[in-house]
Amino acid sequence: MTFTITELRVTIRGTEILRGVDLDVQKGQVHGVAGESGSGKTMTGLAVLGLLPHGAVASGRVELAGRDLLGLPDKDLGRVRGNEIAMVFQDPATSLHPMLSVGRQLTEHMRSHLGLSRAEARERAAELLAKVRIPGPAEALTRYPHQFSGGMRQRIAIAVALACDPQVLIADEPTTALDVTVQAGILRLLRGLCDELGLAIMLITHDLGVMSAIADEVSVMRSGAVVESGPRDTVLRAPSHPYTRSLLEALP
Amino acid sequence: MSPTSVPSDVTALRDRVRRLRPFAGFLARRVLIAVLLAWGITLVTFVLTNMVPGDPVAANLGQRALGDETIVAQWRAEHGLDKSPPEQYLMHLQALLHGDLGMSQQSHRPVGDDLAEFVPATLELAGVAIVVSLVLGVAFGMIAALRRDRPADHALRMLSLIGISVPTFWLALLAFYVFFYRLQLTPGSGRVDPGLGAPESVTGLHTVDAALAGQWDVFASALGHLILPALVLSLYTIALLTRFTRSAVLEVLGQDHVRAGRAKGLPRRVILRSYVLRSALVPIITVAGLAFGSLLSGTVLVEAIFAWPGIGQYAYKSATTLDLPAIMGVGLVVGIVYLVINLIVDVLYGVIDPRVRLR
Ligand SMILES: Nc1ncnc2c1ncn2[C@@H]1O[C@H](COP(=O)(O)OP(=O)(O)O)[C@@H](O)[C@H]1O
Ligand SMILES: [Mg+2]
Repeated sequence: MTFTITELRVTIRGTEILRGVDLDVQKGQVHGVAGESGSGKTMTGLAVLGLLPHGAVASGRVELAGRDLLGLPDKDLGRVRGNEIAMVFQDPATSLHPMLSVGRQLTEHMRSHLGLSRAEARERAAELLAKVRIPGPAEALTRYPHQFSGGMRQRIAIAVALACDPQVLIADEPTTALDVTVQAGILRLLRGLCDELGLAIMLITHDLGVMSAIADEVSVMRSGAVVESGPRDTVLRAPSHPYTRSLLEALP
Repeated sequence: MSPTSVPSDVTALRDRVRRLRPFAGFLARRVLIAVLLAWGITLVTFVLTNMVPGDPVAANLGQRALGDETIVAQWRAEHGLDKSPPEQYLMHLQALLHGDLGMSQQSHRPVGDDLAEFVPATLELAGVAIVVSLVLGVAFGMIAALRRDRPADHALRMLSLIGISVPTFWLALLAFYVFFYRLQLTPGSGRVDPGLGAPESVTGLHTVDAALAGQWDVFASALGHLILPALVLSLYTIALLTRFTRSAVLEVLGQDHVRAGRAKGLPRRVILRSYVLRSALVPIITVAGLAFGSLLSGTVLVEAIFAWPGIGQYAYKSATTLDLPAIMGVGLVVGIVYLVINLIVDVLYGVIDPRVRLR
């Protein structure tokens, strides 16, 4: 299975914010997408799921298992979202609904995508929480996001994303909003899940340190396009594009 | 039922109890605060009523009796006016605890009986107005937000602006004139057609009592009489709720958890109901609580114009005749209604938002 983005262009009210993005993510690999803020990393992820802001128009190809997702009507895309491609957002304090229990947020899409009963979904939800190493998973299901720390919340958000066994996981700066002390734990978790489940992970980050820690492949974006792409060690040790070099030099 | 599902039922029950326990504590705290405030209201109504400039003796005794000092002294003693204010307050409180609100000097009936007659009329009117405003206000606000910058949104915003700007008394007069006098679409003043007579009082709400008694002609008449004043009364609240619901929903629509919900592949209708509306309810409830206060003060005007025999009319009469026990009774009822609205708002915050009920 491969997940391939080709010539992805996005225009919002006359401004082109993605100018032909090419990216492919292999099963069992973490593909890091780096680039300064505003370079279009988040928009690439949102375009894949058809969640672009109001008024945005996308063109190009987003291919998963031989289908072009960009051409799909919203109803069919609804079956892809969360089911085949899942997304983890930057800040778990806002991406989890503050008024819905963890159990509810973990099970609702399982029930609609996988057709599980309430009891089956709760059982699987507890297993997922155990998998992302939330202590006391059964009890955690009855609690609410505000009763967990930031790192725990992001683990819950990852469990939510994994609930329906997606092939692709898009993680948009999953550690940026977290304490430095818990960032490494989240990255290790993602790497482990990728290897264990054979996920294809598109890891968006502006932090090249994160990249060098867990990515297999790296793409560097700048003003709406990928300027350099390749295996991590090639891109980070011997960058061919001057922009990548300047990013690396900016590292402490 | 398979044997394995039994323990899971027990676990589910235990979970539920565990979740309800902090809520019970939260509820108990709110109720305790409400009781303390109710006591405060008795004090405030008492003080305010006794500070009113004006001599209740002069307002209630005739010219001849006022000239006779023994009659005046006797009247004052009868009404406890010869005691010191703290003593009077304690007497007042003691009587209240026994359900005794004193005698109205105008109707020469116990104030409690008067209130029992007039309060339900107002509750029926205001209750319908509140339900109508909540349903329409929230629905219009949702529609306007979801159709942002399209014709439906523009129309609803215009209507909401009009509803907020038009004074209630003017609207009441206009509606009465147009719908009753000109078009004869609605029945005239009062709560039922005079020919039918009121249903036997169980709740004091004519529509409910008529339905309970199976008198459907009376029910229809009572409902017909309710519609116009209730709509007039609710227009301002509908407009206010439309406006606030619209902005609350627009704000929530831009929040991360809505995008995350969509990224999970949840159907749009589920997102709107359990993600968007739930978050938007917090500001909506706040505004609704405040708006219902102003709706209640609007009843005084609407009752006067539609000759609705409610507490507003009673309050007006008592105030103009300095009928102190009646004024205190009305003050108490109004205070308690505000209190109950606040209690409901507070409890609703806890019901919808776990961050409020679970620290
Ligand atoms: N709602 C929007 N309307 C118009 N432009 C937007 C909107 N959101 C983001 N953009 C623009 O799209 C570009 C890419 O943004 P984004 O993908 O969020 O960057 P990144 O995630 O790499 O920091 C930025 O220049 C930003 O200004
Ligand atoms: Mg971003």
